[in-house]
Amino acid sequence: MALDITKERGVPLDRQVFTWRELAGPTFSKLDDDAFTRVRTILMNGIESEAVRFSHAAARMNARLQGPLARVRRIEHHQQTLVNWLNPADQSPLETTIGYEQTAIEVTAMLAQQEPDAYLAQVYRFGMLEDFDHLYRYSALMDRLYGMDANNLLQSYTDIRPGRPTVVEHRDPMDDLRTPYDKQRAQPLTKLNSLVLVAAENQVHDYYLNIGPQFADPVARQLYAEIASIEEQHVTQYESLVDPTETWLEKWLMHEATEVYTYWSCAQTESNKTLKAIWERFVDYELGHLTFVGELMKEIERRDPAELLPQKLPSPLKFESQRGFIRQTLQNEVDLRAIGTQIVPAGQERPDGPSALYRAQLNRDGSPSEIIADGYVWVPGTEIVSRIGAQSLNGRRM
Amino acid sequence: MSNPTKPTETGPNRTGIAASPIDGKAMVEGAQKGSPAAVFEPPGLSTLRIRYSSKMPPVGTIPPPLSLKGVASTAAQMIKGNKPTVFLDLLGERLAFERTGTRLYEALLVKLEAADPHPGGPTREDLERIRDEELEHFGLVKRSLEALGADPTAVTPSADVIGVASSGLLKVVSDPRVTLNEALKAALTAELVDNDSWLMLADVAERLGQEDMAADFRRALAEEEDHLARVRSWLNSAIEGEAGISARAGDGHAPSLSP
Repeated sequence: MALDITKERGVPLDRQVFTWRELAGPTFSKLDDDAFTRVRTILMNGIESEAVRFSHAAARMNARLQGPLARVRRIEHHQQTLVNWLNPADQSPLETTIGYEQTAIEVTAMLAQQEPDAYLAQVYRFGMLEDFDHLYRYSALMDRLYGMDANNLLQSYTDIRPGRPTVVEHRDPMDDLRTPYDKQRAQPLTKLNSLVLVAAENQVHDYYLNIGPQFADPVARQLYAEIASIEEQHVTQYESLVDPTETWLEKWLMHEATEVYTYWSCAQTESNKTLKAIWERFVDYELGHLTFVGELMKEIERRDPAELLPQKLPSPLKFESQRGFIRQTLQNEVDLRAIGTQIVPAGQERPDGPSALYRAQLNRDGSPSEIIADGYVWVPGTEIVSRIGAQSLNGRRM
Repeated sequence: MSNPTKPTETGPNRTGIAASPIDGKAMVEGAQKGSPAAVFEPPGLSTLRIRYSSKMPPVGTIPPPLSLKGVASTAAQMIKGNKPTVFLDLLGERLAFERTGTRLYEALLVKLEAADPHPGGPTREDLERIRDEELEHFGLVKRSLEALGADPTAVTPSADVIGVASSGLLKVVSDPRVTLNEALKAALTAELVDNDSWLMLADVAERLGQEDMAADFRRALAEEEDHLARVRSWLNSAIEGEAGISARAGDGHAPSLSP
């Protein structure tokens, strides 16, 4: 279904209303719903979280926009609430973490394949292999701390195996900055892709910082601290891809377009009827926001927003396993590193370079991501399954 | 070896209102002057919760059988008027609990390693043996599920719910500030639940005509009863030791396990 976002006007702001009962409605089922229903929920919470974060930043720098931003932001806040409250209470923080990493891996893989700019696509593949490794480390934590199987959440869509080892992902801040796209030449899809990743990674960063201290186990606390640090690097990386010369209104417009695109993608593929209706409703809400911001752009900047927007949205994101692409990328690019804005073979990184020294300092007292996953091999039903046989060899009854 | 500060020592605990003799009085006065008339069972609270509880779908369902054998077994039970999925749900619950129980005793082994030994407490061999028996029980349930044509890697609704209920136990035993004695209280909670649950499982197996399974489950129950007795004994010894009181006659501290 094509959607002409330059013509569809969506629901006017004054008709975008909620009740508390709506905001805290039925959740999806951790056991029965498809894993990509959780992925969509997590992604859209991240997209709304970015909408609110951006809106606050914009309000602090633009007196003229404060009123319009406040109106839209209140709605985005309630949208985020409704979306995030779709997560069920029996989904523990660590289980949600597994969902976050699956979202990061699968969505980044989708975006890397549809990204028209070769440099940005490489950056996405680079980041994807790091999140892929986080999934392996957290799965080991879930297994070894709780005796639980991460694949109950992943539903066999995403492999559990090492990526670029987390222990070598730590980089000097200057090695996390990338070259931004040129707003005059970049295709609209490039702008949408980058905003999706900024949103997703920022959400992961904030989530880990919030829930990390809820764990009692010292290895878990260290692991969340370590991976939160990488997520901070990822936010730095992805936001540096966005052209900083875009005006505030350009950025706001592209945020709203990204929200339309992602909700629309969710609505095309959702298998849970309740959630599908929510995604469809919010496509209309976001079209209303896009129309509102477009009018502001005409009024304030005297520009036609249609110049910036794609007339037709790109193909919807395919919420399905990207296993083949991920494995291929893993095979070809796991040994890459970053120096400045460039992605380079590991051999080019000097042992006394800024990132090597930074990494050595952080890892000086030991690496939690290495400790938790030492010798970890995922098997269906947790690694304990492998020990049943080993125990019988020792002559015990089984 | 362990931290010299003990949780049962007197210290600067500030949580009670008596710790703030002046502000505490102001707190009471402020609440009394500024609040509406007291209602202890506000009707809107239960109304709202009942509305949700009566409309919400369950946490999940039981996956369909994996094998033809499982389908045939399910059909045979249904002809008899039984609902075999209830048994599968209970098995799923036990599987999850025993698997997590293995990790719980691994965490207790860490606690033991970091603790000062005290008389009447567990030895490393004691805890290793219980851990291994939890692992054996996990294997037993796994094989039982497979024999019934079910997928032992699936999380059944009861497995999910017991996972939520027992999540606090693992949080206790994995907390480095929690002492071995405090962690044993978490183990006691787990063993109490485990004992009743194995009894229930064995009874249901027997009534569904799964005699071999019922016999295996009763053997597991006997081992769980032993776990419970030992954890109780260690905990009693620990509390007696900390309180400086001697054991009462008939407490019967369990002897150390020997292979």
